[in-house]
Amino acid sequence: MRILETQNLTREFGGVIAVNDVSFKVEEGLVTGLIGPNGAGKTTLFNQITGMDKPTSGKVIFDGKDITGLPAWKISRLGIARTFQNIRLYRELTAVENVMLGLHFKVGSDPFRHRFLQSLRSYVFASGENKELYGKAMEWLGFFDIADSAQELARNLPYGTQRELEIARALSAEPKLLFLDEPAAGMNPAETAHLMSVIDKIRSLGVTVVLIEHDMKLVMNICDQITVLNFGMKIAEGTPNAIKTNRDVIEAYLGREEDF
Amino acid sequence: MSTFTLYMQYIVNGITLGAIYSLIALGYTMVYGILKFINFAHGDVLMVGAFVGLLVYEALAGAAEPGMWTIFCFFIAMLASMAFCAVLGMFIERVAYKPLRNANRLAPLLSAIGVSFILSNGAAWIFGTTSRRFPYPFENDPIHIGGVTITPHQILVIIVSVAMMVLLAFFVNKTRMGKAMRATSLDQPTSMLMGINVDRVISLTFAIGSALAAVGGMLAAFDFRVYPSMGTMTGLKAFVAAVIGGIGNIQGAMIGGVLLGILEAVGAPLLHIPNGMRDTVAFAVLIIILLVKPDGILGKNEREKV
Repeated sequence: MRILETQNLTREFGGVIAVNDVSFKVEEGLVTGLIGPNGAGKTTLFNQITGMDKPTSGKVIFDGKDITGLPAWKISRLGIARTFQNIRLYRELTAVENVMLGLHFKVGSDPFRHRFLQSLRSYVFASGENKELYGKAMEWLGFFDIADSAQELARNLPYGTQRELEIARALSAEPKLLFLDEPAAGMNPAETAHLMSVIDKIRSLGVTVVLIEHDMKLVMNICDQITVLNFGMKIAEGTPNAIKTNRDVIEAYLGREEDF
Repeated sequence: MSTFTLYMQYIVNGITLGAIYSLIALGYTMVYGILKFINFAHGDVLMVGAFVGLLVYEALAGAAEPGMWTIFCFFIAMLASMAFCAVLGMFIERVAYKPLRNANRLAPLLSAIGVSFILSNGAAWIFGTTSRRFPYPFENDPIHIGGVTITPHQILVIIVSVAMMVLLAFFVNKTRMGKAMRATSLDQPTSMLMGINVDRVISLTFAIGSALAAVGGMLAAFDFRVYPSMGTMTGLKAFVAAVIGGIGNIQGAMIGGVLLGILEAVGAPLLHIPNGMRDTVAFAVLIIILLVKPDGILGKNEREKV
């Protein structure tokens, strides 16, 4: 089933067309890779989908609904979570508090869903459920093997842990769709290996993952589908094996043979 | 009267004055905490609050003798004034600041100064520039405790201020929306991704800040009378109070306000500053704080990264 689709999405900045008529598809339950040389428009495409920015034209369809141009907070409540290329944590809060905030606006955010009065209470008062949130947040940290760092301030954590914490926080809101923007950037090989196992675990939870990544080993190993952008346009899509041998892709990354 | 009781009296007067500064400082500090911008129209919202309170009070109480009825009228007028200013605050934010949210940091600041002029001149146009007395809703006979006198008006100021601050602390620390507010002040874009409706949080911040300013304006009106430019000096001093406490910090604004009130009430007689020059105390304190501890008493010593 197709969980997300962009239809002829275009984003212009002045005269620059950062994303040009891109129709990008994501199948439910799979890990989809989005690759391309620097400046190809990958992050811009992410921003259009997650509501951080509004497209010039085109549509974003998520779960059968048109979500084009909705504000980021609404899109996040609909079930799309993301991480950033440059890590965005609450730096002055501890790791577990970061995850608790991710959970907070998920739990009890709808007063009509459960027992009315109890839910209404939790809708107004934050304190009653703190214990429950804390437990859940610790579970998520455990899922990423970083429960030891729960009480550390986010800004004091090692880089790799910060990245995983950001993913843990995004995942704690139980999204249907998770966007990872260069999750392995700046990681050492050991951290990258751990990240790969983590993404595998996320897939087994049934969460659909879309990731931007430059680490080709990671992309080719973990993705079921790959879409390639270059100069804002989609130049290829398919399985890792098909992409590896695609002439356009090789040209985009290495240049034409005649150029040498 | 001994020097001791004299200074006790100054301190009591200072605490009452300071409580009013605190209420107003909260509006500056909350807006700064979330938007990193000084809302210079805040002082004039206080003036509007005083005018609305006065009009509603006069309409309800008329020429009635001070008693239970007039006290009741006073609180109704206060609620009406809070509601009016809350809506006004949200409206100002929506019209004058929100369109500039991604602009240069100077732009909303200038816009705020513009709003400030519109409010004070608008009030002068509608109500005229003569100052009006805010009648006491009760007999203001002073009570003597030892050598120190306290007026019922001062007691009212302290009770109302403390109640407002307790309510605010409860809201910010215990409710879901308060938590959203704290998260937003830490990091706006990230909070948006956590599913927080940042626009609504900002609107609410202005509503709460302006409602508190309305209360501050009405309480200040007994002492300072009601006139279109009353918000300028009181607003500036409340801003000083917010800086003393550490701008962006809610407890800081509460402490800073009371501290400034006491410094002003005690400092002026102590240093033999003539009455017309009293305001210099507040601004001298501002200069000293900015030189010695620019982040304020409770402010975090955090250098902004460039």
